[in-house]
Amino acid sequence: MQFFLDAFRWLLDPANYVPGAQNPFPIQDRIGEHLLYTVVSVVIAASIALPLGFYIGHTGRGRQLVIGFTGGMRALPTLGLLMALFVIVGATVPFTRAAFVASIIALVILAIPSILAGAYAGVESVDSQTVDAGRASGMTELQVLTQIEIPLSLPLIIGGVRASVLQVIATAVIASYISLGGLGSIISSGIGLNDNNRILGGAILVTVLALVVDGIFALAQRLTRRRGSSGSRAQKTHVRGRSLRPVTVAETPADERNN
Amino acid sequence: MIEFQNISKRFPGGTLAVDDFSLVLPSHKATVFVGSSGSGKTTLLRMIDPTAGRVLIDGEDISGLNPVLLRRRIGYVLQATGLLPHRRVVDNIATVPRLNGVPKRVARRDALTLLDTVGLDRSLAERYPDQLSGGQQQRVGVARALASDPDILLMDEPFGAVDPIVRAELQVELNRLQRELGKTTMFVTHDIDEAFAIADQVVIFRTGGVIAQVGTPAEILANPADDFVATFIGADRGKRTLHLQHREGDSATLIVDGDGRPAGILGADR
Repeated sequence: MQFFLDAFRWLLDPANYVPGAQNPFPIQDRIGEHLLYTVVSVVIAASIALPLGFYIGHTGRGRQLVIGFTGGMRALPTLGLLMALFVIVGATVPFTRAAFVASIIALVILAIPSILAGAYAGVESVDSQTVDAGRASGMTELQVLTQIEIPLSLPLIIGGVRASVLQVIATAVIASYISLGGLGSIISSGIGLNDNNRILGGAILVTVLALVVDGIFALAQRLTRRRGSSGSRAQKTHVRGRSLRPVTVAETPADERNN
Repeated sequence: MIEFQNISKRFPGGTLAVDDFSLVLPSHKATVFVGSSGSGKTTLLRMIDPTAGRVLIDGEDISGLNPVLLRRRIGYVLQATGLLPHRRVVDNIATVPRLNGVPKRVARRDALTLLDTVGLDRSLAERYPDQLSGGQQQRVGVARALASDPDILLMDEPFGAVDPIVRAELQVELNRLQRELGKTTMFVTHDIDEAFAIADQVVIFRTGGVIAQVGTPAEILANPADDFVATFIGADRGKRTLHLQHREGDSATLIVDGDGRPAGILGADR
């Protein structure tokens, strides 16, 4: 218990937040870096995985291939991948930037499977009758996708992004192994100095950051799920019965996160 | 006017769904395709790319038209309503006009008028489809199909999923709309009674998109072309030949079918 109290005291020590302090301080800068790595890698991953997932979900093409491929990507040990990338990237990019580039690539590869799964599972789960109706009304394939499939599968799509963001926040810690910043550098400097407060404090920071971000996504998911099925109280049971299916499917990416 | 000229349709699997089908659907009339499952009637309704033959709309071959633009010119009511669950009723109705570039405000205002047309209260406009009953949803489906004021209305077993009472209501309502709006309507059903209730022209199908008989309800009832048609409409079981029967002690005159089962009583002329 004393362990935790000491760690929290360390966390609350204003001296750890003084701007311009020596690495790994100040803490707020490390949090900023951590979020930066997360945002950059998830945005890159999403810009690859979302269009691909929409394409697969909409056309049903290449599904088996991608499922197998993303399964394989999940099995990659990120730390090993990071080291390998650091060596490979280091050969072409200046040393100062190699760590950043290698880390981002590793995290992007980590983030892609969940986003991809959420996107194609979401688009696929949209009722084919509804899609047919859109087509019969004279929507182009792109309009079917943007006006029907994506809005209706938004909770699932966000679920996929949510899972990948969590994975990236948790895994970005290892970037410090190749001399990059982020909350990992607090932990690794603690290991180097045999300073338990730093190790535990850093771990708590990562955990809290993950929980806060997850909470924001949970809220976004809830808001999008309501759209189109909210309504008067009298109809509540009816509404609930109707929206059961998407809700259950929405848990898939979260489940996959636990594997 | 819709003309089918020697239409054949073979699906990629090799199944011949429709073979050498020709028919004219007169303008401003309701033509009902009736047949059991697998008779190719829905295939014909959706016939945009026949394997052989031509479909003409007012003399224009549709094979040269862009399918997306063609669909926007045609009102389509689907089996299970096919309303977009994430859009309000009013926006569902406004779907096609919006696709055609009508400003949102105008499209929504027109949609409200259409709610009146299909006999729905305007207070339902801001609801979502799953807050409506099956019958109301189907009316919204009809309103959506009418929204771009198409000349042609296609209906694919639109009342199949609602209970018999609501179904009868909707049939009456559709007849009223048909009298008021005079669309060239193509209606698919497997319910022969529904067909007789709605049709100006009934087309009875055998399997494989082969026409068994074409005619007005009265023509078909009076002269079934063959045993298949007679069985299909129930004439062979005496279901369609009704007799008056006066029973002792009853004040009203009964109408009975061929088996002697009462079908109703004789009312005053309407």
